[in-house]
Amino acid sequence: MAEKVLMKGNEAIAEAAIRAGCLHYFGYPITPQTELAAYMAKRMPKIEGGVFLQAESEIAAINMVYGVASTGKRVMTSSSSPGVSLKQEGISYIAGADLPALIVNVQRGGPGLGGIQPSQSDYFQATKGGGHGDYHLIVLTPASVQEMADLTGLAFDLADKYRMPAMLLADGTMGQMMEPVELPDSAPEMIAKPWAVTGTQMQRKHNIINSLYLVPEELEKTNFERYQRYAEVEKNEVRYEEYMMDDAEICVVAFGIAARVSRNAVVEARKQGIKAGLIRPITIWPFPKAAIAKAATHCKEIISVELSMGQMIEDIALASECKVPVTLCNRAGGMIPEPDQVFEAIKKAAGGNE
Amino acid sequence: MLNPRRVTLFCGHYGTGKTNIAVNYAFYLKRQLGKSVKIADMDIVNPYFRTKDSERELSEAGIELISPRYANTNVDLPALPAELYGLFEYTDSFAVLDIGGDDRGAYALGRFAPLILEENNFDNFYVANFYRPLTSTVEDTIEVMREIEAAGKIPFTGIVNNSNLGDETRPEDIIGKIPLADELAERCKIPVVMTAVKRDISGEIGRDDILPLDLQAKYY
Repeated sequence: MAEKVLMKGNEAIAEAAIRAGCLHYFGYPITPQTELAAYMAKRMPKIEGGVFLQAESEIAAINMVYGVASTGKRVMTSSSSPGVSLKQEGISYIAGADLPALIVNVQRGGPGLGGIQPSQSDYFQATKGGGHGDYHLIVLTPASVQEMADLTGLAFDLADKYRMPAMLLADGTMGQMMEPVELPDSAPEMIAKPWAVTGTQMQRKHNIINSLYLVPEELEKTNFERYQRYAEVEKNEVRYEEYMMDDAEICVVAFGIAARVSRNAVVEARKQGIKAGLIRPITIWPFPKAAIAKAATHCKEIISVELSMGQMIEDIALASECKVPVTLCNRAGGMIPEPDQVFEAIKKAAGGNE
Repeated sequence: MLNPRRVTLFCGHYGTGKTNIAVNYAFYLKRQLGKSVKIADMDIVNPYFRTKDSERELSEAGIELISPRYANTNVDLPALPAELYGLFEYTDSFAVLDIGGDDRGAYALGRFAPLILEENNFDNFYVANFYRPLTSTVEDTIEVMREIEAAGKIPFTGIVNNSNLGDETRPEDIIGKIPLADELAERCKIPVVMTAVKRDISGEIGRDDILPLDLQAKYY
């Protein structure tokens, strides 16, 4: 590993993407994600073969991603909530054409134009498809600037491996905060992409990148095949972190900035003799269902801490099969819960049956 | 440590710690001089982590904060408050100005440059952090300094070495970058005026130009 540097989360994603072999970036500026595009604008022209293009809109940018992804090159775009909504049509096409690509969403408060402060209210959009049709993205949720970098490289690897778009779902705080980070300095491992449209040189059958099927039986078949691949992802790629869960009686589930806040609350609860623990999903699709199900066997309540009106809580309720109460501790519209608020929720849950 | 001019500007590449330095310097001035000190947030770039975050501490120390009305709200407008003019009309207070990052942030300063140059009682400090990847070398730093000077229209008069890795900064991390700060100073023909260090390790650097930092941004 190289020397540590001090970076904003947005910059760490950009530099990690370049080091993961992504030489094509298309985007459109929006707070609180703009530093990512600005960093790409500065760095890409200095790299051989590097392309930075500020498109005329988010819709143009995602379709440029679709084009480059078709050639098998690593490619990405980034935006914040309203801009990611604009990209949904293109993301559906990329998923429908079975192409790898990275989409970064540094979320801000919504709905509508909302605000510029941090939020996690695009959980549904990220994990349940987002655009039209049956599809999924692999969705990774960083909780530190180091993870912003690490998960960027992982997202490219997973997208290539399973031929599907991946999303890094961060929030404004993660994008704007500054922390020391170690960036990988080894060359990324690239897998062969025999499906890519790179010119046949009259040496092979031509490849077709497409999401339109004229015969419904064929379209159905591609959908079933795609979902077999998704089943593999659900089997192999679930990632999460547990903190003090072994003997926990109260389970807090939170990702991203909410997980950092919650960890403080769990520490405080333990100090006061309450057996609290934290499950931090790192992938939210695939969702760590087994970890939640296990928690439901030894915890008396699960608390979902979210910067939204409660979205992940539905996946927690499903995964726990509602065996124990699942409650919400939240702020919304750009506000972040304080550790105290989470601690009070833990205290209330602990006191309920005593 | 130094003989402060009436107006002190802090400029730099974004994310080098200008806001943190400006706030801590305002506290330092207030403690050292006991005179009236005002701090102005002139950042038109950054949406989060602003001077206004230290509003309560500044107010308790008797330091007046001049901040855009929309700072820390959802109004993402590069608007500056009219009260800024008062800083230059009434010269009885010391003024600390936190300028936005890079040349883009420094454009806002250009508007006030004629007033600052005419009064001619200012320092314009470049805040350097050699742990920031786009300004990790003397060469890259000089390029950014020239861009900022062109936009802000005020020459730099000194360098603040704020090389740090946030919460994880160890004394040797700072000491290791002192030669780069010295080389930058020599190349630009201006002095290193301060070395910024977290309060808890400020005694371990072995320099007499330490600006101890009490307030740091925290992210839970």
